[in-house]
Amino acid sequence: MQAYISKDDTYNDVSSAWKNVQTARMQNRPQAMDYINALCQDFFEVKGDRCLGDDNAIITGVGRINGRTFTIIGQQKGHSIDEKKACNFGMPNPAGYRKSMRAIRQAEKFNRPILCLIDTPGAFCGIEAEAKGQGTVIAEHLQLIASVKVPVIAVILSEGGSGGALALALSDKLLLLENSYFSVISPEGCASILFKDSNKAHLAAESLCLTPKDLKKFGIADDIIREKKDYSRDNVTYAVYKLEKKVEEYLKELDKYTGDELVAKRYDKLLNMKGFN
Amino acid sequence: MKLFNENIDKSKNNIKELKKPEFLTCQECDKEILKELVHSNLSTCVYCGYLFRVPAKKRIEMIADENTFVEIGKGKASTDPLQFPEYDEKLKKAKKATGLKEAIVCGTCKIGGYNTGLAVMDSYFMMGSMGQMVGEKITDLAEVCLEKQLPLIIFCASGGARMQEGIVSLLQMSRTTVAINKLNDAGLLYVTVLTNPTTGGVTASFAMQGDIILAEPKALIGFAGPRVIKQTVKDDLPEEFQTAEYLLEKGMIDKIVERKDLRNSLAHILSLH
Repeated sequence: MQAYISKDDTYNDVSSAWKNVQTARMQNRPQAMDYINALCQDFFEVKGDRCLGDDNAIITGVGRINGRTFTIIGQQKGHSIDEKKACNFGMPNPAGYRKSMRAIRQAEKFNRPILCLIDTPGAFCGIEAEAKGQGTVIAEHLQLIASVKVPVIAVILSEGGSGGALALALSDKLLLLENSYFSVISPEGCASILFKDSNKAHLAAESLCLTPKDLKKFGIADDIIREKKDYSRDNVTYAVYKLEKKVEEYLKELDKYTGDELVAKRYDKLLNMKGFN
Repeated sequence: MKLFNENIDKSKNNIKELKKPEFLTCQECDKEILKELVHSNLSTCVYCGYLFRVPAKKRIEMIADENTFVEIGKGKASTDPLQFPEYDEKLKKAKKATGLKEAIVCGTCKIGGYNTGLAVMDSYFMMGSMGQMVGEKITDLAEVCLEKQLPLIIFCASGGARMQEGIVSLLQMSRTTVAINKLNDAGLLYVTVLTNPTTGGVTASFAMQGDIILAEPKALIGFAGPRVIKQTVKDDLPEEFQTAEYLLEKGMIDKIVERKDLRNSLAHILSLH
């Protein structure tokens, strides 16, 4: 499967945003667990939200990356059809976000940095999800991750689907894999509502400015991780190596601050983020 | 013999043309009512009591003590950060229709004699959607409340994040969260009043972060829209799904308050903090 990669920084292919989205949705693209297995040899998964149940769309746990213990929170879509069903195709329910909040609180207790690996088409839109407070839990998750007194590094692996992704993307540093995207709404949804024609999804993708380059231009993303040609689960190590280096570099910077200073800096960064160039 | 001189210069006619009266149709009882009559009756149907959506300025009149509201950030308007197709036309239309520059009016006022920050979203402005400037007006107001040690009350009415501002709209969920967190750290009261409709990125951020959350009766409140949910589950939705009453039953809000009682309720809450 040919993955689309950029050749240089100056290309301006009109349909590049749509190619981006399609590449991000490719079947054999590495997911959170692939990264976790490549990054840590000793990952221990922590399950359940101690309230409603569990959610395989969000994986939480503890593991060492280059000798440093991290809390890792990942969104998993599943590879095989059984896995996909078990992970609800990467669409978390309130239990997933509550589990993630448990992990965040533990990270603070044990003074561990948090690594969020984001990959979701969006939070699940179901009856039970609404009944259990999907909106409320994302709002509370945002509050908690904003105020946690440890470094938070977030990486969008493939699909950054709106609020469901944002809950884990509020961070000290936000990175995006080269062919990932981060959008307020899917291009199809946007085309359907604003252009009254879901076949215009490629135009909507372009208009939404959802590519990593756009996000970097807007000052929302801090870095872009390059991908190897034909990027898949089988050659994840190159990107993982790049990611590891970036995480190490960022932690060096963030470790200089106390917990309170980190939070103050995070607040300043977000409040000063105007989001346009 | 001509009875009337048809050559009279009509431009010298001093009779002012009467403004065409606007009518609204009640969604509940289908009756047509004069718009002015509706909005002079707490934006409520005079026949069946159905709650129409309230324009921001009208809501402020209903809630704030007379002559106490001081607006902040009146001139702030969207910069069209993504240069989205047809967005500037939609903005022009919305500004003309509402007389506002954005989908929220922010300021300080007294309610029942208590000083407070007050923000009211206007769903007549692009469905109250949250873009860059709605987010900025909220964070600016929260900053004022922090400086002056004021509580903050936000009336929410929104279809969610504004699509035409893409990721910049989504960013406002984070920015408003941070502003609310700062109020929390300072021990300042934050109250939200959820009105019809309150959905999407607004629900999933500042609307559900209130210390106290009130709602108007039968308001549509949820994260995903009912149509999207129906498409996802391919089944009928429960009765009263995503209404204020449903949310109260599920433990998501504190109280449902009749429109006419909101002012007193808010004054009561302010007196307790």
